[in-house]
Amino acid sequence: MTVLVRVARDSGTVAWRNLLNIRRTPGSIFASVLQPIMFVLLLGYVFGGSLGGDAYREFIMGGIFAQTVTFNASFTTIGLANDLQRGIVDRFRALPMSRVAVMLGRTTSDLTTSVVSLTVTSLCGLAIGWRIRGGILDAVLAYLLILLFAFAMSWVGAFIGLTARSVEVAQSLGLIWLFPATFISSGFVSVAAMPEPLATIAEWNPITALANAARSLFANPTPAGLLQPQAWPAQHAALYAALWSIGLVALFMSLSVARYRRVASR
Amino acid sequence: MTGAAISLEGLGKSFGAKKALDGVDLEVPAGQVFGLLGPNGAGKTTTVRIISTLLRPDRGRALVAGEDVVREPDRVRRRIGLSGQYAAVDDKLTGYENLYLVAKLYGMRRRVAADTARDLLARFHLEDAADRAAGTYSGGMRRRLDLAGALVAAPPVVVLDEPTTGLDPQSRLDTWDVVGELVGQGTTVLLTTQYLEEADQLADRIAVIAKGKVIAEGTSDELKAATGGERLEVVTATPGELATAHRVLAAVGSGTPAVDRRARRIEVAVGAGAAGQRALAAAAHRLIVEGVRVLDMGMRRSTLDDVFLALTGEVMDSGDAEETAVLPEVLEWPRHHGHLNRGGVGA
Repeated sequence: MTVLVRVARDSGTVAWRNLLNIRRTPGSIFASVLQPIMFVLLLGYVFGGSLGGDAYREFIMGGIFAQTVTFNASFTTIGLANDLQRGIVDRFRALPMSRVAVMLGRTTSDLTTSVVSLTVTSLCGLAIGWRIRGGILDAVLAYLLILLFAFAMSWVGAFIGLTARSVEVAQSLGLIWLFPATFISSGFVSVAAMPEPLATIAEWNPITALANAARSLFANPTPAGLLQPQAWPAQHAALYAALWSIGLVALFMSLSVARYRRVASR
Repeated sequence: MTGAAISLEGLGKSFGAKKALDGVDLEVPAGQVFGLLGPNGAGKTTTVRIISTLLRPDRGRALVAGEDVVREPDRVRRRIGLSGQYAAVDDKLTGYENLYLVAKLYGMRRRVAADTARDLLARFHLEDAADRAAGTYSGGMRRRLDLAGALVAAPPVVVLDEPTTGLDPQSRLDTWDVVGELVGQGTTVLLTTQYLEEADQLADRIAVIAKGKVIAEGTSDELKAATGGERLEVVTATPGELATAHRVLAAVGSGTPAVDRRARRIEVAVGAGAAGQRALAAAAHRLIVEGVRVLDMGMRRSTLDDVFLALTGEVMDSGDAEETAVLPEVLEWPRHHGHLNRGGVGA
């Protein structure tokens, strides 16, 4: 019990420090807001014209939500890599504080970034015709599910940040995996139209499940031309995305703590 | 616990094929300033990182205030304050917030943490800058803030890793004052430095470390006495007379004389006391016979600089081929810091 209290207290302190950092570096949050707006407009209007217009624009919002929070993992990666490089992590490691708190404080404070980018993405979606057509409870569930997934992705990002040899490496490593992860999914296109093995990967990709779950909870229709998969993950999209999130948090939290114990500053 | 605040036994650490520490044994008595002296790459920082639980040793044992760094790292962390070579402060946070953060992470309640942070800012003359982002601080101020961070929990053992590297002279003196103050309060200070002057001025005891091993240990005076005691110095009138003078000093002294061509100065180790006096007389006589015009001549006590050269010279002569790598390190030694006693030379 006292261990949990210590973890919560120390993580809270670290999160407080990170939030002060974010508040005083307005540029960092700017990117997390600008990027989803850019994707909404690019995909909605560059691709949208060929792929179904208004119906397509409403369809992609589920994918954009999933993509936005996945991309926010790179903030965790870069934030931790920066702290390592500047010796801040050494300072923390020499203190009698909880081992997991440095990462937990970071993934928690980065949830704030995700909340901000989700809000902006939603507003942008509303502007191009996306609507919450289902019940309010379902909508809340959708946002909670997206944030749970954001938290999981943040832990993946934390591990990458602790593993990268420098901030520069962290910057490229932290971004590169996001493109295949988010594009080999039903986020913006029909999985059925992909060649094998991409179609199977996309079908079982949790980002597909998250996008589909969001669409279903927001009651956004899928345009007739965009056939969606029918495998088990598609039938239980919300459950599948939640299980993946919990699994990823458990795995990458343990990996990150193990890495943190050994990591040396550069 | 016994009288030792830090106790290292056969400490070893390798990074890949490179042996950073090759069996370090050290006892740091409580309540003293202990200087760990050595050039870059000697193993100072590795030692410090093991003591402060940042690095696990491959071999050997390290105790801090009686607690084992591997088995009880959290107990060690409660008893030790670390201030690193590169000030680990958060640029976006104010000076106050930086210290408050550390105090909170030591488990202090808000009120206590806030009071501790304010007290430390006052003690390190940072009150006026307390609410400014640390990113706007000068190098000296950042270092003071980092040092203050190490003292938040008033630990019985404080480790300072090259605390004055890169500081201007005034900031260096300020840091020295803080070290003096700490010892006044009974704190044990382990200080690493590559400045001989700093070790000479601050440390009660000094360990010289080179190539991952402690090669000598004692008080500054003990170290100087152990390596030949006195030095005989001669300054010639012209550069052309250096060669002759060199031959003369080589004959009366022990070891090869060191030459500083620009200053036309040659020096050689001679025995202490009467032996030194005889060497001085013999050298003076022969220089007259050889017709060398001498501008300045005299005896001076060894400096730590000489000690280090003599010690690492021994390591080098031990015949181990890989030890020859010590040579460039010695040549890069910042000599000018070691010559505290030079004022009296040749008087």
